[in-house]
Amino acid sequence: MSTPAAQDLQTLLRVERLTTRFRTRGGDVTAVNELSFELAAGEILGLVGESGSGKSMTGYSLLDLVDPPGYIAGGSVRLRGRELRGLPAKDWQALRGDRIAMIFQDPMLTLNPVLRIDTQMVETVLAHRRLTRAEALHRAHAALVRVGIPAAGERLRSYPHQLSGGMRQRVAIAIALLNEPDLIIADEPTTALDVTIQAQILYEMQTLCREAGAGLIWITHDLSVVAGLADRVCVMYAGRIVEQGSTAQVLESPAHPYTRGLLDSTPAAALARGHRRGEALRPIPGAAPPLAALPAGCAFHPRCARADEQCLPPPPQAEPASGQRALCWHPLPPGAALSGPAASLEAP
Amino acid sequence: MTLFLLRRLLQTVNVLFIMSLLVFVGIYAVGNPLDMLVDPQATRADVARVAAALGLDQPVWVQYGRFLANALRGDLGNSFLHGTPALQLILQRLPATLELAVSALLIAVLLGIPLGLWAGLRPDSASGKTIMAGSILGFSLPTFWVGLMLIMVFSVYLGWLPSGGRGPTREVLGMHWSLLGAEGWRHVLLPALNLALFKLALVIRLTQSGTREALLQDYVRFARAKGLAPRRIVGVHVLKNIMIPVITVVGLEFGTLIAFSVVTESIFAWPGIGKLLLDSITLLDRPVVVAYLLLIVLIYTLISLVVDVLYAALDPRVRLAGGQAA
Ligand SMILES: Nc1ncnc2c1ncn2[C@@H]1O[C@H](COP(=O)(O)OP(=O)(O)OP(=O)(O)O)[C@@H](O)[C@H]1O
Ligand code: SF4
Ligand SMILES: [Mg+2]
Repeated sequence: MSTPAAQDLQTLLRVERLTTRFRTRGGDVTAVNELSFELAAGEILGLVGESGSGKSMTGYSLLDLVDPPGYIAGGSVRLRGRELRGLPAKDWQALRGDRIAMIFQDPMLTLNPVLRIDTQMVETVLAHRRLTRAEALHRAHAALVRVGIPAAGERLRSYPHQLSGGMRQRVAIAIALLNEPDLIIADEPTTALDVTIQAQILYEMQTLCREAGAGLIWITHDLSVVAGLADRVCVMYAGRIVEQGSTAQVLESPAHPYTRGLLDSTPAAALARGHRRGEALRPIPGAAPPLAALPAGCAFHPRCARADEQCLPPPPQAEPASGQRALCWHPLPPGAALSGPAASLEAP
Repeated sequence: MTLFLLRRLLQTVNVLFIMSLLVFVGIYAVGNPLDMLVDPQATRADVARVAAALGLDQPVWVQYGRFLANALRGDLGNSFLHGTPALQLILQRLPATLELAVSALLIAVLLGIPLGLWAGLRPDSASGKTIMAGSILGFSLPTFWVGLMLIMVFSVYLGWLPSGGRGPTREVLGMHWSLLGAEGWRHVLLPALNLALFKLALVIRLTQSGTREALLQDYVRFARAKGLAPRRIVGVHVLKNIMIPVITVVGLEFGTLIAFSVVTESIFAWPGIGKLLLDSITLLDRPVVVAYLLLIVLIYTLISLVVDVLYAALDPRVRLAGGQAA
């Protein structure tokens, strides 16, 4: 490995202008658009956005798992200073499941239906470690216990269909933890779980990251999950990160009208900050545009209460506070978050 | 499991019964075997004597009743033509057909799965496209034409392989087998290839489409995310999933290999049951036809039983109806 720059030592992951496109009949569409963000070791990053905003594709792009007709069109992904883009397939194979692990969105489809849990776990260990089968099995058992699976020994000998959705998702999480990766990408892994287990898993993951110093990218459409878990938040809209900053910055004084809209459509009690109890929910008007027909300029402008003619050219990166960035011509002023923009969203 | 087997047995007995009834009535309707069996010059008395000896003087339901009573004791009657037990006649020729069918199946599976896998993994490559185009030929070329071409090229022109017969046989368990010696394999190669062609095309297409579908599944992407080697992803994760439909279809097709080997057997002068059946139908040799069809039903049942058990063994989600987990 080449000597990494000094700042890259604390920076676990540095993503710059990462772009993923799909070839379609009507021309290429951009599902991940010039994404740039950083993640420190032991840090948890929440990646938030509506369905179709490109969260999962971002995860796949980071692991170079984009299938045709999709392709990574450009950008740079550096892990501990090492550029991953353009690595040969062998090196990717060695990285995946070992240094970078991903937990997929749908637990029902993630595990191979015709292979036993122990097979699927042991192979993950043996793909990266020179261990005996017994040692690998021991690791698998420990990983299942860590994610709170009761009767782990018995579960190891089960087939996926013999487990509930929640149980399967925990198995998938356990598989991701097997080789103690530096970076875990978790794609809505708790959506299928009931609330108590969800809280338990969130707590476990948080602890694991803090203790092992692993970076965690937590993908979700639910701001309330991010509020209690993440250190930093990226908000995605139509393939772009429209706002990022510390969790406190983004949730308490959002600068981007879209973030504001997301907050206003999330129950206040769930967020447990900023809002008053019993405040009415205000959904964002309209729907996210299809990628093939993105509005020119700011993609959010048809739904944005602050939009004007100026919003037609692509918006610049505003920096309302240190470490907070919003892709907007008219970012919300700090402190005005609680009343101003909410009222303007209501206006016709 | 016991319940499952019992239910299967009952179904089989039902089918056997209906089958025998249909064939009996069917052949009765087609014509009178006596016209075929007795010399046209024979006297009326001679004909009556033969008819009485074969039981053909009785009304058809009486004939069927007798057949049923005998069949329950394991006696399917004597061939009108040869006078020997029909079942024995068939069993003598069964090994030849079985050897042919098994060889054809082996060719279809051992060539078809790797070719289909290759084409499924590289659908846009020249080799993948060639394989798929070839499989269309396998579907559409008539069996007898391919058989004749094989003989022309490999027997007549190149002189590498024999054009007919099954070579020397050896007796094991009271039946004559030819594949115990190298000469038998030389003889079976061409007819087996001929018979396998259609199934080979089928296996290639099944495996190819199964592979393409499996590659899109989340579990394959997850296997890649785990950092598994491509060899393991294809050889274990993909193959184990596509084996389920392939085994099912191939298993059931094995029955048709046995039942429809007639064309190939006639081209390659293969002394199997297909040839016997053709002769028996032409001569309205009812006991042989009935015995043949009953045997085929039995073989089909047996095969589908094996397929079900294999299916349950391969797919952990499947349980045999009425039994415990497999
Ligand atoms: N094969 C494809 N061809 C064209 N566009 C595609 C294809 N696959 C995905 N996309 C597009 O990529 C975009 C991002 O999808 P992605 O799955 O990342 O969304 P997401 O944010 O994870 O949504 P969700 O919350 O529903 O999981 C979507 O708008 C989708 O339309
Ligand atoms: S750039 Fe304009 S349209 Fe886009 S979010 Fe900002 S104010 Fe709204
Ligand atoms: Mg997703």
